[in-house]
Amino acid sequence: MKYKSVFDIMGPVMIGPSSSHTAGAARIGRAARNLFGREPKWAEIHLYGSFARTYKGHGTDVAIVGGLLDYDTHDTRIRDALETAKQKGIKVRFHEEESHTDHPNTARIRIGDDKGDLELVGISIGGGMAEITELNGFELRLSGSHPAVLLIHNDRYGAIASVTGILARHEINIGHMEVSRKQEGQQALMVIEVDQNIDESILKELERADHILQVAKIVD
Amino acid sequence: MFRNVAELVEMAESEGIQISEVMIRQEMEVKERTREEVVGQMERNLDVMEKAVEDGLKGVKSHSGLTGGDAVLLQEYMKNHEPLSGTILLDAVSKAVATNEVNAAMGTICATPTAGSAGCVPGTLFAVKNKLNPTREQMVRYLFTSGAFGFVVANNASISGAAGGCQAEVGSAAGMAAAAIVEMAGGSPSQSAEAMAITLKNMLGLVCDPVAGLVEVPCVKRNAMGASNAITAADMALAGVTSRIPCDEVIDAMYKIGQTMPVALRETAQGGLAATPTGRELEAKVYGISLKKE
Repeated sequence: MKYKSVFDIMGPVMIGPSSSHTAGAARIGRAARNLFGREPKWAEIHLYGSFARTYKGHGTDVAIVGGLLDYDTHDTRIRDALETAKQKGIKVRFHEEESHTDHPNTARIRIGDDKGDLELVGISIGGGMAEITELNGFELRLSGSHPAVLLIHNDRYGAIASVTGILARHEINIGHMEVSRKQEGQQALMVIEVDQNIDESILKELERADHILQVAKIVD
Repeated sequence: MFRNVAELVEMAESEGIQISEVMIRQEMEVKERTREEVVGQMERNLDVMEKAVEDGLKGVKSHSGLTGGDAVLLQEYMKNHEPLSGTILLDAVSKAVATNEVNAAMGTICATPTAGSAGCVPGTLFAVKNKLNPTREQMVRYLFTSGAFGFVVANNASISGAAGGCQAEVGSAAGMAAAAIVEMAGGSPSQSAEAMAITLKNMLGLVCDPVAGLVEVPCVKRNAMGASNAITAADMALAGVTSRIPCDEVIDAMYKIGQTMPVALRETAQGGLAATPTGRELEAKVYGISLKKE
């Protein structure tokens, strides 16, 4: 079942006007920010389908940038997000794309600074719920409604076992898990949605596990 | 976990509890949270809804200028006239409109189940409140009952206008509200299901055709009608009227209608009211250009 909580239906508390075009968009932006781990210096935002056609009227642009500034869907600062980003010296550019995507409300976000960058694709599926469908070229399915851990790792045997072993020892239940890779034996991405929030100490432990290169956390 | 309305009603009636209680218990179990946490979060949602209605009744205007001010007109009319449709019904209409006007003006609302359909549940709640005098706890239960029915629709059909048209948004919201009114008025769980079925049946086929793609025209007034539909259906169910087609089958019909609905009528601003001459004119004013597909 896609929707698991009553608050997926009765909520989110949000700044209007559209749960899919505003709240869902803010959540996609915030997922990018969380995964990047810090405030970006620049953002290239590509909008597709209904997002591309109506983003100005719905404040989709304002909402995504609000998410990049780490604002929640109900944070009234969202309204001034474009102005705030400008004042902070964050270079934001929007691109209205013509090409067809699987989902009508799709955004591709590239953000970065002098230390690195990140690219993700998010879709807004309705009622303020968003899913991340691609991260740095890896395909994935991440609802964003549960806490999740993303791990970049070497595509070697034992990598998955070492991670799930650590989570089991801390009595953390895995709700959904996916592993994908671009090429055999190269880098791979592990996405784990869990039921409870994960402490920093557990993240540190995961970072030290066999074959793990990078760990990021998304809080719902 | 209940998967459909039949299971939801069965769980409530076999244990002799309300629909809202089934929803609260499920949430506690699935999310491993205490009753205080779950109920507390819904209370905060209730506060947001109450504030949105208050703000809307003071009068707001959207950025595009397409909507705002109608909630005030309705309240003023009610002060000077006995509404033909009845005080509770028109009060619900004005409060549903108030919520959606605040939403269109980028105010803070609680999506129930979406932002575009956020008026039906609070609009009816804050109107029937004046008649039924519920406790704060009963008002929070109203939201859990709404949520329980919305939960079934979201998982078995859709609550997205882009996927299923307005019937999936305002249709679902109105059905959720009808079911919750019945519970607050002392009706049985199966009467709640009948009210949901009767409401949704009369919202089937409703397309999502917002002018300029904005959640304003006709969304604000569709919430007004969703709220009226909900109150009428709740009264019918409380009178003992039943739906010949069971609630779950109505939800399934809604889903299938949504799947066969043309893309032009699913939140793309390409058909329906959006494509009328006046709709196009308003759109050109908002964007400076038309969204019409060549």
